[in-house]
Amino acid sequence: MSEIQQTTRDVNPDILLVETPFQRFMADFLEDRVAVVSLGVLIGIIFIALFAPLISPMDPYDLAKVTILNGKLPPGSQSMDGVTYWLGTDGAGRGLLSSIFYGLRISLGVGVASAVVALCIGASIGLVAAYYGGRTDTIIMRIVDIQLSFPAILVALVLLAVLGKGIDKIIIALVIVQWAYYARTVRASALVERNKEYVEAATCLALGDRRILFRHLLPNCMPPLIVVGTVQTAHAISLEATLSFLGVGLPITEPSLGLLIANGFEYMLSEKYWISFFPGVALLITIVSINLVGDQLRDILNPRLQK
Amino acid sequence: MSVFIIRRLMQSVLVVWIMSLLVFVGVNIVGDPVDMLVNPEADQAEIERFIKDLGLDRPLHEQYWYFLLNALKGDLGNSFIFNQPALKLIVQRIPATFELAIVALLMAIIVGIPLGVYAGLKPDGKISKTIMATSILGFSLPTFWVGMMMIMVFAVMLGWSPSYGRGETASLFGIEFSFLTWNGLRHLFLPALNLSLFKMSLVIRLARAGTREVVHQDYIKFARAKGLSQNRIIFVHLMKNIMIPVVTVLGLEFGGLIAFSVVTETVFSWPGMGKLIIDALNNLDRPVVVAYLMIIVVIFVVINLVVDVLYSILDPRVRLQDLKG
Repeated sequence: MSEIQQTTRDVNPDILLVETPFQRFMADFLEDRVAVVSLGVLIGIIFIALFAPLISPMDPYDLAKVTILNGKLPPGSQSMDGVTYWLGTDGAGRGLLSSIFYGLRISLGVGVASAVVALCIGASIGLVAAYYGGRTDTIIMRIVDIQLSFPAILVALVLLAVLGKGIDKIIIALVIVQWAYYARTVRASALVERNKEYVEAATCLALGDRRILFRHLLPNCMPPLIVVGTVQTAHAISLEATLSFLGVGLPITEPSLGLLIANGFEYMLSEKYWISFFPGVALLITIVSINLVGDQLRDILNPRLQK
Repeated sequence: MSVFIIRRLMQSVLVVWIMSLLVFVGVNIVGDPVDMLVNPEADQAEIERFIKDLGLDRPLHEQYWYFLLNALKGDLGNSFIFNQPALKLIVQRIPATFELAIVALLMAIIVGIPLGVYAGLKPDGKISKTIMATSILGFSLPTFWVGMMMIMVFAVMLGWSPSYGRGETASLFGIEFSFLTWNGLRHLFLPALNLSLFKMSLVIRLARAGTREVVHQDYIKFARAKGLSQNRIIFVHLMKNIMIPVVTVLGLEFGGLIAFSVVTETVFSWPGMGKLIIDALNNLDRPVVVAYLMIIVVIFVVINLVVDVLYSILDPRVRLQDLKG
């Protein structure tokens, strides 16, 4: 890296003076075409989720507009009042495109909310474990090990069997399932950072533990945390869909993509594929684009892979 | 070594005990089985007799104590719905789930290793890139949706295979298995494939990474210099060395297959443990839920214990580290 910078500096001194770390990061990110496309798709999906009520062709949960007479229309067909349903309608006559837009809102919301909460909790616990070491570390990491030895879906299933249905409950379950991944990631990098000079300097300045942990150690543990955070968000979305499909996740009043797919299950045997197919495609596109962005982030942020 | 095993064994018992506490207390707070099971026209006396029969009138800690005592005797209560011992219900379903999981594991290995090795030998080829892209898809595709699409395409549209159930079974050692009859095999294929897709992607990635590492080793170069045929190098020298990580990871992942069979069993109405727990959850059949959770915890603790012990035999560093910690 320094060699390249050196030569560049000889050629054009201005470029480096202007380039901030963020710009360098963006430049690295934009190098990979697949990643750029997936980032674009992801931004599009987030946009749809945020503005679903404004851009949906209809409000699928407005009982005045939904009529069962329009039920089970195949994709691209016109209803009697002249509205075209590009992705068809479900059993109750709701336009699938609109349902998917609204479903994305819930799926993304649950996924992001649980990932953020799990990140905050897991990162704090991981930092504490690495910074204090000794018995605290042993106990925390033993709990993490035990939890990670059970598959996520099983832990979530047990928790939801106990907690019951509901949007808050599934977020709680997903947080409990995921915090351990963050704790382990942060601990691993914090263990390395803890022994560096800047921490020593901060300790010599008699700064408080909390300040050292969150203002000095945490920012330096961010790169791997961001990568794990992206991948875990995709994982959370997929897990929520699976649990909702199994009937233990969200209630029918919160129709996420998983519930939309589950709804279409009964119509599938009569070849009405679109009711489950399109929500599934939406789910797939969301998960794949998040994963691909995460892959690219890992490549950029991993110092060992730096050219 | 024995200290290590005893420590791990004690830890396992502790985990099972904590889980029993959590599961029992948690499950008993959810829902009221009285509402659901008693005939709505029953009078107060009948309801009270019913509550007494099920022991629902006692305080929770007392209920737990009896639950624990009975659990140690192998009695986890009777199912509210089937009116049979919950443990028996679940044990009856275990072979179906294990059959599905083992066939899925075999499929993952048989398909995954050749594809992974190929992708590792020719990392820049078009076919290899396709294989790797497909494996990313395999990681991202939600299992339940793929299962439904499989039913849609292969069972409904093409009519090649049945869409649900286990089909005919034949008995081996007194246990019924589907893979022994042609009809059963046809029923088994789609669910097993569905369950194995995720692990297949994993095996492809592991085999590819292993191959890329091993082909540059000196012993492969030496084998080549010796004039051995390409086939012999790949199937003997290379395979042997990539199998170690693949086998370890798959051992660890077997538990994951059993957990994920809940999803596949629900989609394909496969009569295993997973389908039973989902039905029990929806019917608030508490004894079955509790019994299932206890059995699955025991299965996992046993799998983890075996893996840990095997690890410590293979890698002495693991047990030394544990003794220090």
